[in-house]
Amino acid sequence: MRPLLRLAPYLRRYWKLLAAGYAAVLLSDGLAIAVPLVLRQVFNAIDADIRSAPLLGYGALVVGLTFLSGIFLFLTRQTIIVTSRKIEYDLRNDFLAHLERLSLSYFHATPTGDLMAHATNDISAVRNVVGPGIMYSLDTGTSFFVIIAIMLSIDPGLTAISLVPLPLISLGVYFLGQRVHKTFEEVQAQYSTLTARAQESISGIRVIKGFVREHFEIGEFGKLSREYLDKNMRLAVVQSLMWPLMFLLTGISLLLVLWYGGIDVIRGTANLGTIVAFMLYLGMLIWPMIAIGWVTSIFQRGAASMGRLGKIFDTPPTIADGPATDAAINAAQLKPSVEFKNVSFSYASSPSPVISDVSFEIPAGWTVAVVGYTGTGKTTLLNLIPRLHDTSEGTVRISGVDVRSIPLEVLRTVVGYVPQEAFLFSATIRENIAFGSPFPITDERIAAAARIASFDGEIRAFPMGFDTVIGERGVTLSGGQKQRLTIARALVRDPKILILDDALSAVDTATEENILSRLQQERKGRTNIIVSHRISTVKDANLIIVLADGLVAERGTHEELLALGGIYADLHEKQLLEEELESL
Amino acid sequence: MDQFHDEEILGKAYDSRLMRRLIRYLRPYRRHAFLAIALNIAIAALGPLRPYLTKIAIDSGIAKRDGHTLLLTVLGIAGAMLFQAAAQFFNAYYTQWIGQRVILDMRMQVFEHIHRLSLRFFDRNPVGRLVTRVTNDIEALNDLFSSGIVMVFTDIFTIIWILTFMGIINLPLTLVTLSVVPFLFYATFLFRQKVRESYRQIRILIARINAFMQEHITGMPVVQLFTQEKKVFDSFEDVNAAHRDANISSVFYYAVFYPSVDLISAIAAGLIIWYGGGRALEGAITVGVLISFLQYTEMFFRPIRDLSDKYNIMQTAMASSERVFKLLDTPPAVVDGRNAIEVAKPRGRVEFRNVWFAYGDDEWVLKNVSFTIEPGESVALVGHTGAGKSSIVNLLERFYDIQRGEIFVDGTEIRSISQESLRKNIAVVMQDVFLFSGDIGFNISLGDGGIDESRIRRASEMVGVHEFIASLERGYTQPVGERGSSLSTGQKQLVSFARALAHNPSILILDEATSSVDTETELRIQCAIETLLQGRTSIVVAHRLSTIQHVDRIIVLHKGEIREMGTHQELLALNGIYRKLYDLQYKERRGKAAPPIGRDGLRDRRDGDS
Repeated sequence: MRPLLRLAPYLRRYWKLLAAGYAAVLLSDGLAIAVPLVLRQVFNAIDADIRSAPLLGYGALVVGLTFLSGIFLFLTRQTIIVTSRKIEYDLRNDFLAHLERLSLSYFHATPTGDLMAHATNDISAVRNVVGPGIMYSLDTGTSFFVIIAIMLSIDPGLTAISLVPLPLISLGVYFLGQRVHKTFEEVQAQYSTLTARAQESISGIRVIKGFVREHFEIGEFGKLSREYLDKNMRLAVVQSLMWPLMFLLTGISLLLVLWYGGIDVIRGTANLGTIVAFMLYLGMLIWPMIAIGWVTSIFQRGAASMGRLGKIFDTPPTIADGPATDAAINAAQLKPSVEFKNVSFSYASSPSPVISDVSFEIPAGWTVAVVGYTGTGKTTLLNLIPRLHDTSEGTVRISGVDVRSIPLEVLRTVVGYVPQEAFLFSATIRENIAFGSPFPITDERIAAAARIASFDGEIRAFPMGFDTVIGERGVTLSGGQKQRLTIARALVRDPKILILDDALSAVDTATEENILSRLQQERKGRTNIIVSHRISTVKDANLIIVLADGLVAERGTHEELLALGGIYADLHEKQLLEEELESL
Repeated sequence: MDQFHDEEILGKAYDSRLMRRLIRYLRPYRRHAFLAIALNIAIAALGPLRPYLTKIAIDSGIAKRDGHTLLLTVLGIAGAMLFQAAAQFFNAYYTQWIGQRVILDMRMQVFEHIHRLSLRFFDRNPVGRLVTRVTNDIEALNDLFSSGIVMVFTDIFTIIWILTFMGIINLPLTLVTLSVVPFLFYATFLFRQKVRESYRQIRILIARINAFMQEHITGMPVVQLFTQEKKVFDSFEDVNAAHRDANISSVFYYAVFYPSVDLISAIAAGLIIWYGGGRALEGAITVGVLISFLQYTEMFFRPIRDLSDKYNIMQTAMASSERVFKLLDTPPAVVDGRNAIEVAKPRGRVEFRNVWFAYGDDEWVLKNVSFTIEPGESVALVGHTGAGKSSIVNLLERFYDIQRGEIFVDGTEIRSISQESLRKNIAVVMQDVFLFSGDIGFNISLGDGGIDESRIRRASEMVGVHEFIASLERGYTQPVGERGSSLSTGQKQLVSFARALAHNPSILILDEATSSVDTETELRIQCAIETLLQGRTSIVVAHRLSTIQHVDRIIVLHKGEIREMGTHQELLALNGIYRKLYDLQYKERRGKAAPPIGRDGLRDRRDGDS
């Protein structure tokens, strides 16, 4: 239960509502509990043959009491359950806010699916504690003690006898509930297996058909399906047991009242009204007895979930402003020069370095290209500039300042990074371009950015223009369109350093050249760092850096590198062949 | 893109065409279903019987000071209760028994049907969607077949029995009590309707929250690079708040509904006290009648609530079954001809004669392609990306039917050979090795009973992977992990070679992998390829010079046409397309790619060519 202590600050925030809720519980229960007492009067009056009994008044009293009790029951839900929804909301906000502070390496190590499961299942389990968990604890506690007190005051003997089976209900609900939960998990696990098998079989359909294994696959799937059926039937047994058991235990209680109470009435030591009142009270006790068992497991599951959430909340961000940060640094004073000094980097998951001992300098306003075969660490290298990762050794400097001293927000304003995979949000084109903008943005600016990215013409051709929704729920863009959109998104921020990480690979060569020349015209002082596989893209760069196995293998201008006859020359040769083949 | 949404759409709650088709699945279990319904009608009487017996216990036992009758009726009630509890248990279990079996039948039918469909279908339908048909959509029908159909009878008959007993006991009081029942009906159905609407709203909003989370967790680097944490958080807050408010409004309905039900019961009780109490004082009715009526007023609620639940069950079932039936009604594109023949063990002569082929209606992928491969000959297909190499492989296996021309195996047109016997004689090794999550032995035999352990072992020895397998802790029974994750790329390839060899095909197709492996593995793979090709009709989609040199002949495809054909030396001398391809692809690379590390995201694409 300890992890639930984390909820204290949330509960404190709503203590007034919760206190009002508890008051409502007390009033609602109190009024409802009075109803059987009225009925007791009625039956005693009839039994004693009191002709003048105010029957209409009694009837109205029952309706009135129930009505008032109902109003407080309404208020109970409107306070406690509503609070639980508010706390759920707070928790989910805090969850996202925390994720936003965690760095790239955390997301590399944690599958998105896991985080999603925490955000949905665990938060909802915790919500159950705050809502039904607390409400029924209060309700159960109150009605349980008050009812038993009243019953004892009326007839202690009959109370003792009639209560005998009731604890069994709590125990039954609790144990059977645990059993149902366990069996249910088994069913779920088998369902996952079944799903995984179907997934695998359909993904591998080509192999299955190629080797004519359809019958075998169907047989195997049949076996799993039958196992799933068996597990479901096992669940059906425990589930089917629950209701009859409850029904039987409460029934026994009622029968005991009827039998013992009846004998007492026959002997003249009790009256009929008492029996009626007792039967009604027992009816009112059934729910609290069920709730005890139920609430216990709500708290157990909620505690486990809160524990899991707590682990995420306790994960500190690895890349954040810290003691090394110099808050005085602002974007205006930073010149767009970049320096790598003896930089090495390795992922936590593998000891071998991806980047080893890389040093180079890029003067402000230059255009620099990074080339190399796939998997030589180009992206990793560039990730170090906006601090998506921190170096393992060595320093990266902008304007001569270690990037770790620059406030993260300033750093990322100065550096515009267009990643290899064009990640866009399911929103309109306008919203996607404006995404990075630190200030309210004009339509002209958006259009200008789209024009530099050579995308404005196509956007205007869409029926909805800049308001076209993209992604799953809208228009599907081609790879090249997506890439140009991400470039426009970066340009809107007018970064001093622009990094294009193979961000034009799906754009045809002519368009690419267009974009690049516009980029240089539009902003003379900007530093551009471009990764590309196309020689045509990089040949005009002030400096070309060739990476191989995480090392700088060659560096120089286009002509110098061709003369060198190394990797760059090889890439160049292949490119020419490609072009020739295409033209055949 | 619309297919994405049809998962969410809930239409009408009853469609007689779908319902008739669904009911057909109950046919094998109709005796069970009828028995369950009969049982339910009987059980329905037991509940309403209890207040009746209570009345007797009070009037004939307690009121008459007759301890003996009291004991007898109490025992009678106990007996009825025991019987009812047992019957309830049996019934709950039994309906589940029926439901689960119907579900199993349907699931297998859908799964089998999917496996009958052709590759053209799989090109168009994402795996995830098909998996949903077999799993979630079928699962959604469970409620209909287990509780749905049978329980409707229980609910209706419970109400009928309550009315019957009440009528027997006292007719005027019955009418007084019944005056509130319409309100109960009205309140319940109104509540259901409101809650249904608000649930739909909540479901949409929770889907939106999840989509938002999913999207922004995946795109978190972009959010952080653009320092938009605050803005993203704000828009999340909006969706989150909408979800909270929708929930709060649904709380409101619950908060109103339950007290209302209590109030309606209380009004009935009030009427019974006032009207019935008066009659009792007059001596017209007994105390027992009053008590039993008070109990009956409490009994109406459950069956009415259950009946209103059925609407949801039906609505879900209709939506799911529509999707499932649509899949079942999709015919396979490639089917065996009426007189399809079985070929036992062809010699392996392959001929393409004037073959034209397109995947859609748009563009020819193969244009008038003709070539012949003699038994035992090995041929390499080379060409740039998109030249049509893999289409030739697909067509020979008859994964697609061609638009024009003919394809022969041993002189027989493949459309007159049964798909099963055609494919049994062709083994394909694909570029992306697909391993199933079983053990290594299984991945070689693929569960073919005809391939025993010794044959698995022999095949592994021939491709040179036996030594490696034997060195594993559990040898051939070592699990390969999900999609073969515990094996290296090279090892996976060797296992897939062993798989092809163990199935001893007359024709072997090898789509060579492009991904780079270390030198030693590369050597092993080359040796293994040599073994595979020996004396067998083989088609290799070649990416390596070393492989090309093993084959008898090379076919050069360019933009869907055969442009050059001959041996390596002949083609080089030609100084045409092959020469250029050779320089581009087969010349040893000077650089070497590093092994992949990390996962998706902003990292280098490290897995080979892209």
